Amino acid sequence: MTDTAWIDAALSSARPQAVGALLRYFRNLDTAEEAFQNACLRALKSWPQNGPPRDPAAWLIMVGRNVAIDEVRRSRKQAPLPEDEAISDLDDAEERLAERLDGSHYRDDILRLLFICCHPELPATQQIALALRVVSGLTVKQIARAFLVSEAAMEQRITRAKARVGDADVPFETPGAVERAERLSAVAAMIYLIFNEGYSAGGDTAEIRGPLCEEAIRLARLLLRLFQGEPEIMGLTALLLLQHARAVARFDADGALVLLDDQDRGLWNQPMIAEGLALIDKAMRHRRSGPYQIQAAIAALHARAATPEETDWTQIDLLYGALEIMQPSPVVTLNRAVAVSKVRGAEAALEMIEPLSSRLSNYFHYFGVRGAFLMQLGRNEEARMAFDRAIALANTSAEAAHIRMHLDRLMRDSAPRDAEAGK
Amino acid sequence: MLYAILCYHDEDFVGSWTKEQDAAVMKKLAVVQDKLKKQGRLGPVARLLPTTSATTLRKDDPPVVLDGPYAETKEQLLGFYLVDCGNLDEAVDVARDLGAANPGGAYEIRPVGLFQPGGEPT
Repeated sequence: MTDTAWIDAALSSARPQAVGALLRYFRNLDTAEEAFQNACLRALKSWPQNGPPRDPAAWLIMVGRNVAIDEVRRSRKQAPLPEDEAISDLDDAEERLAERLDGSHYRDDILRLLFICCHPELPATQQIALALRVVSGLTVKQIARAFLVSEAAMEQRITRAKARVGDADVPFETPGAVERAERLSAVAAMIYLIFNEGYSAGGDTAEIRGPLCEEAIRLARLLLRLFQGEPEIMGLTALLLLQHARAVARFDADGALVLLDDQDRGLWNQPMIAEGLALIDKAMRHRRSGPYQIQAAIAALHARAATPEETDWTQIDLLYGALEIMQPSPVVTLNRAVAVSKVRGAEAALEMIEPLSSRLSNYFHYFGVRGAFLMQLGRNEEARMAFDRAIALANTSAEAAHIRMHLDRLMRDSAPRDAEAGK
Repeated sequence: MLYAILCYHDEDFVGSWTKEQDAAVMKKLAVVQDKLKKQGRLGPVARLLPTTSATTLRKDDPPVVLDGPYAETKEQLLGFYLVDCGNLDEAVDVARDLGAANPGGAYEIRPVGLFQPGGEPT
């Protein structure tokens, strides 16, 4: 690490706690962010000379508050008639300044900061962008790059999201148990969205968007450290780790998608798998199952199989069955059908997904999976039609390329037979 | 005498390293470890998974199992070394070398009372 890299790392790791606390004091996201920025500027001047403070987050909160209050005092002198609201807010903050910095709030501070990004009126992409900007502290440029949009467009998206959040009524009192659980589940969903934004990237953009997966894991670990005894947060963190452990093996040199069965399992990240498995073990002891834990358990069964043949598909089928009951969705049924095809054959699996056809009529994976089942049953003409439809619905070029590979295989399979017939 | 060098550091801080930064630190530490290994002084070395994976058993009667690490401190126990040193000065020197390779946090140096090397776990 270079001489100043440790400061960057310290500032970024202190950020969620510091901005969260400043938000509680100022009750305004922009003010809180600005105060944090100012504190960071002071840190860049002071820390190289004086060394890092014992508790960087506490230092940044204190300095951020002082700077902000100084500034309003100064502007108060310049403008003799400030808004009443600003004065009352400040008196409030000054009074609190006298209090000793109280660390016991930090859990709810960070949760609140994450929670305001999950405002239900914000579309998913705005929630994610806001969280990456406000909580993770990524620059607009970095976020724009990850979303493959221009910096100006992303700037606008974040500004709009902030305005909406600013109008929203976020209670600043310490939340009750029910409220806290609701916030926790909304935040977990948002973290999973961030992960999927990175995970669903094609091979051509995986390098650029992959960091979104790492950021999601960082946020999940942060949340789990705050709420150590929550099995679903353990499940979420495990799920992200187990999925991300396969990142390197998911694309070949040309950026084409490599299916689980065909991946080089030697490329899987073993420390990440070990951490994921450890978290599932912990979660299961609580005997309070949930969708993240079940999905993590499924991912764990894949991770534990040294070869595709060793995969425990029977258990995976059962887990998807449990997930279907907990969280009914045609996509879950579609995933279950893949396990069913391994246990009971393609015929049974095809029968299972037949009723989904109208609900998933625009879903790429439905036709990819359906085509694969039909191909296994030797119904090549129908398979070809399903694959054609899948290509038309593909979201990334990697997805399309993968289906084209199936089509090529179909052609190859039928070609020699035709040739033989011609002899 | 065997000394345990216990590595304490802010987990958030270490967790915010990129893969490249992490690898760079590990590479620098490997240099120090290799030197000790050549001198036949290096015992087991362990890097622990994040404290989120920790479980604590409080030896009450009956024992209570809790999620999370034992101590909720600003810095967490992230790993340890066992090193054979002639005296405390030598152990401090080893910690200094390790610290130069991986600045930040703290090392707690503790003489080892009983050491059972065991076999390599499989």
